[in-house]
Amino acid sequence: MQLLLDIAATHLRGRVRQTVISIAGVATGVGFFIAMSALMEGSQRDLVDKIIDTSPHVLVKDEFRTPPLQPAARLYGRGAVDLDGLKPKEELRGIRNPRARLAAIRRIDGVRAAPLLRGQVVMRHGGKDMTAALIGIEPDSYRKVSDLAGDMIEGELDHLETATNAVILGDGLARRLGLGVGDTFSVISPAGILLQMTAVGRFHSGIISADDSEAYTLLKKSQIVQGRPNVINQIRLRVEDVNAAGDIARRIERQHGYQAVSWDEANAQILDVFIVRNTIMYTVVSAILIVAGFGIFNIISTVTHEKARDIAILKSLGFEEQDIRRIFLAQGLAVGTVGGLVGWAFGYGLCHILATVRFEIGWVSEMSHLPLYWGYPPYAIAAVFALLSAGLAAYLPARKAARLNPVDIIRGAA
Amino acid sequence: MSAAPRIADAPVIETRNATRILPLEIPVTLVRDINITIPAGEFASISGPSGSGKSSLLYLLGLLDRPTEGTVLLEGLDTAGMSEAEIAHLRLAKLGFVFQFHFLLPEFTILGNVMIPMRRIGRWSDAEALDRASELLASLGLADQAAKRPDQLSGGQRQRVAIARALANDPLVILADEPTGNLDSKNGRAVFDIFRRLVDEQGRTVLTVTHDQTLADLTDRSIQIVDGRIVGDQGR
Repeated sequence: MQLLLDIAATHLRGRVRQTVISIAGVATGVGFFIAMSALMEGSQRDLVDKIIDTSPHVLVKDEFRTPPLQPAARLYGRGAVDLDGLKPKEELRGIRNPRARLAAIRRIDGVRAAPLLRGQVVMRHGGKDMTAALIGIEPDSYRKVSDLAGDMIEGELDHLETATNAVILGDGLARRLGLGVGDTFSVISPAGILLQMTAVGRFHSGIISADDSEAYTLLKKSQIVQGRPNVINQIRLRVEDVNAAGDIARRIERQHGYQAVSWDEANAQILDVFIVRNTIMYTVVSAILIVAGFGIFNIISTVTHEKARDIAILKSLGFEEQDIRRIFLAQGLAVGTVGGLVGWAFGYGLCHILATVRFEIGWVSEMSHLPLYWGYPPYAIAAVFALLSAGLAAYLPARKAARLNPVDIIRGAA
Repeated sequence: MSAAPRIADAPVIETRNATRILPLEIPVTLVRDINITIPAGEFASISGPSGSGKSSLLYLLGLLDRPTEGTVLLEGLDTAGMSEAEIAHLRLAKLGFVFQFHFLLPEFTILGNVMIPMRRIGRWSDAEALDRASELLASLGLADQAAKRPDQLSGGQRQRVAIARALANDPLVILADEPTGNLDSKNGRAVFDIFRRLVDEQGRTVLTVTHDQTLADLTDRSIQIVDGRIVGDQGR
């Protein structure tokens, strides 16, 4: 084997410039692959972390995935009876028997849960009307399922209990209404109930849709405003293992019938976009590595043509096809390996450059710098890719060279 | 240095009705119905006009090519059913080739070139291979050329290196294809003198193709071939 490597090395040494260019091709591919995946993976993780931090891991709603059968339909099933003008039975909105269900959900391992009553209201201040979601919470339980306490930029979560008719507003909402802490404003619900409430705090979660349109009050106050005493319509969950959220949601839905949506289901659209985005990225970056593979194919083909005489003599000396294949495969893999190592360094450098870029994006969340992923998988994937493309690119000419019939060359030379 | 051990009595190379036809659109017969036996210790030549098939015959005898009909036996062993890998190993272990062109690897030193077959067969340690190669070069008067590269040597010297390489694995037989074709008569004569010494002093077997009748006359046996058929076979 050492002999085969020696021969392979002489071939590459004989074409230093081409070898260096092939290595540069692989290194470029690997480097960009690493930088791009670090960026893509980094921004994806950043956003997913934000989603996981700010949105409920599981949200149980007072809704059903499939509407319940109406009594008439239940009674006659699929019979050949057609009833016209039936009025559907009005379901009372809200989660029935909430305390017992809440207790049952809290018994699941690693789950914390808080009851909410969420409803649309109109907030009126200084001649401005804004629709907002008023969320009634119990501060003690809500604290355990959300980072609201940490997101407060003015006031405290506990002020909800110390002041009367207290509300905590998203900073965007407060700004639009021109509200400052201590100001009193009107809240009108669809039930037609009007309540004077006082702003006791502002929060900033980084999720613009929440900051611009959500406000928190005590559960009791929310029930009063909505005219629905003792009703809750959502249970917000935080689970220890976020990857188990989907399973827990399905379990709750099976047990209680109410729709339970896990964070990944709620954000499926965003997660789908990631799949598309990753596909595009891996396609583009793989193309670079494939082009680098062409470079390797080129150099190995050239060498096999140039060295046809050497191949013939080696075969006449008793080298097997396999030996010849290995000689050229080794050259391709050497270019792939060196290119991969140089590419690692290049990619690492690119990541550092990208890490220094700072700017503002006001999209779903705010970023001040590019979130980069510093893990090893992009390096490993890029290396595997580089070696595979190098191996394949070398294998084709290597196989052809190995099949060369020495007699043809010796005859041709004589 | 002693020749490789042989199976008693079996000729080194033997052909039975060996025919080689190139399967082109109009098939070309290179050699037809060749029956020859090369016993151990013989210095034989194959001669004939150009295009007569003498090189083709040598490639068949040297297992570089395989007959389309008939068979070639090496030390009494039929090679017809062997795989390419087995044939390659036979060439490595039992046969030594010298061609018209030296066919040395240009990137390796003279010593490195001679060591290539030894390193491939792996019969000797690197140090032993180095000793053997140096010895071989010295016996051919090339001791002081060992560190040079092939392009720094004269044609005659290169051909002697090629002979040293052919001897590297202590082969059963040396097969030479117009080894003097690129040399002047003095150097050509020197190559044949080396062959003569290998046969007389070391008991080796040498089979060489040549179109030069004066050189063919230096061998012990002259096989003449015309149009792919043996037309004469004289020992002396």
